[in-house]
Amino acid sequence: MMVKELTIISGKGGCGKTTIASSFAALAKDHVIADADVDAADMHILLQPEIRKSEVFHGLNIAQKNDDLCINCGKCYENCRYGAFDPDNTLHPEKCEGCAVCELVCPVDAIKMVERQAGEAFISDTRFGPLVHAKLHAGEEASGKLVALVRQRAREVAEKEGKELILIDGPPGTGCTVIAAMTGVNLVLVVFEPTLSGIHDAKRIIEVAKHFQIPAIALINKYDINTENTRDILDYCKGEGIDVVGKIPYDDTATQAMLSEKTVVEYTDGPLALTIREIWDRVEKAL
Amino acid sequence: MKITVASGKGGTGKTTIAVNLALSVKNSMLIDCDVEGPNSHLFFREPMVKIKDVSIPAPKFDLDTCTLCGKCAEFCQYNAISIIGEKLLFFEELCHGCGGCKIICPVDAITEVDHNVGLIEKGGTEDLPVYHGLLNISEPFGVPIINELKQFADASKITIFDSPPGTACPAVETMRDVDFCILVTEPTPFGLHDLTLTVDVIRQIGTPFGVVVNRDGIGDDRVDQYCEKEGIPLLAKIPNDMEVAKLYSRGVPMVTGLPKYRKLFEEMFQKIREMV
Repeated sequence: MMVKELTIISGKGGCGKTTIASSFAALAKDHVIADADVDAADMHILLQPEIRKSEVFHGLNIAQKNDDLCINCGKCYENCRYGAFDPDNTLHPEKCEGCAVCELVCPVDAIKMVERQAGEAFISDTRFGPLVHAKLHAGEEASGKLVALVRQRAREVAEKEGKELILIDGPPGTGCTVIAAMTGVNLVLVVFEPTLSGIHDAKRIIEVAKHFQIPAIALINKYDINTENTRDILDYCKGEGIDVVGKIPYDDTATQAMLSEKTVVEYTDGPLALTIREIWDRVEKAL
Repeated sequence: MKITVASGKGGTGKTTIAVNLALSVKNSMLIDCDVEGPNSHLFFREPMVKIKDVSIPAPKFDLDTCTLCGKCAEFCQYNAISIIGEKLLFFEELCHGCGGCKIICPVDAITEVDHNVGLIEKGGTEDLPVYHGLLNISEPFGVPIINELKQFADASKITIFDSPPGTACPAVETMRDVDFCILVTEPTPFGLHDLTLTVDVIRQIGTPFGVVVNRDGIGDDRVDQYCEKEGIPLLAKIPNDMEVAKLYSRGVPMVTGLPKYRKLFEEMFQKIREMV
């Protein structure tokens, strides 16, 4: 059976992606959970994973310079396009993008590209099934590659354990991590917030989904903060042919659940949980 | 003076702090470096006008000269070039524009052309200019635009940079080479967790920093305890105020809609000034 993938995404951060994704994780059956927000992963706070397996993630290689061999010819400085060398040929490894041009142009082999540990990836068990997550080391490049690794491990777990669905909590933005979290999935769920910022960024992420030809559905979180903006979102989605699977009112319960480190649907049976359950039913049907 | 407003977690209020701080201090300018989702301009009435395209160099292959030797494909660290059978394939979206393929090509079959990745726009007023960058849809790497944006900082002004979320390269690029960094968080487990990640990063970079707690009152005091234990200065607490959230949703800065908050930002700036 084909494993299906759903990515929850919003463009702007703080719209409620993880709150919603964690509740879906509690409601879904036969699934693997993947946290694709590798530079600020939060899913584990609610799911309290027990790590089953961890692995080192190697990002791009990094330049290392042997000053004893260096003849100060200036070729590395002239050719590096990322400002990793000063005019006096001092290397700033934190600016290195791993392109290896300096190693190529150095006439005396004073520069070598070396492997670096850029993060860690984990396969864990949670009360809702397996979770694949990762931690990118501070300031590292290649976060898109780490997201790709998380998705690959999630697919392997799904196939091995006969799971039907991979639920992916996406990162904010529209760049490399987001593209890596979206490409090739069956469906993206775009979380709108009825603020000018939320709308601006959600529209951009819908453009990205269109570019990669990924079907999208939407929901509006905290819709009652600005009902006029909510109407605009509904009109926009209608015009784009995007199904709006639900509207969630502003509700302090979401924060209360987070403070007790539980998902909303575990924390309460109140109206918020009910709305999320109804939305999940519709998302499941759309898959 | 250059001040960056950053946070690990998205949606904690970076843009709110950046915009309102810029409006509360004299002689300021605002540079929004969240090129994947810039929002600062939404709080100003003046339209943003394009002032610059941002490109990176990308290789162009002269297929008549190319011998399909495969040296460029082998060299490229980003797997942007591959030779399959008698065909050379170039994946522009993977290219970082390093120029290595051009150097290594033994028959000079590669020249470089500009590959447009985004643009820079300017708005705001003469008193408070606003700049932002926009990464083109489907482009993965925003750092070249951030680097260009940083060039617009005017040394005679208080420049406020609005950072992208996270702790990866685009955020780090914005936290570097500035005088002070404001880390915005909210008093929740997610806020605290992502704050600790950002503190790790900023300590590595070495920029002086302090914390602003936004939506104070929605959560608990774990952020305060953490800051006290770590000796991190608390610059301000912004109360959780539904009026502020409603103004935000309409694109109205809180110091404009609710002038009582101006003092809070003036005091925040005063504290920063004393530390720099």
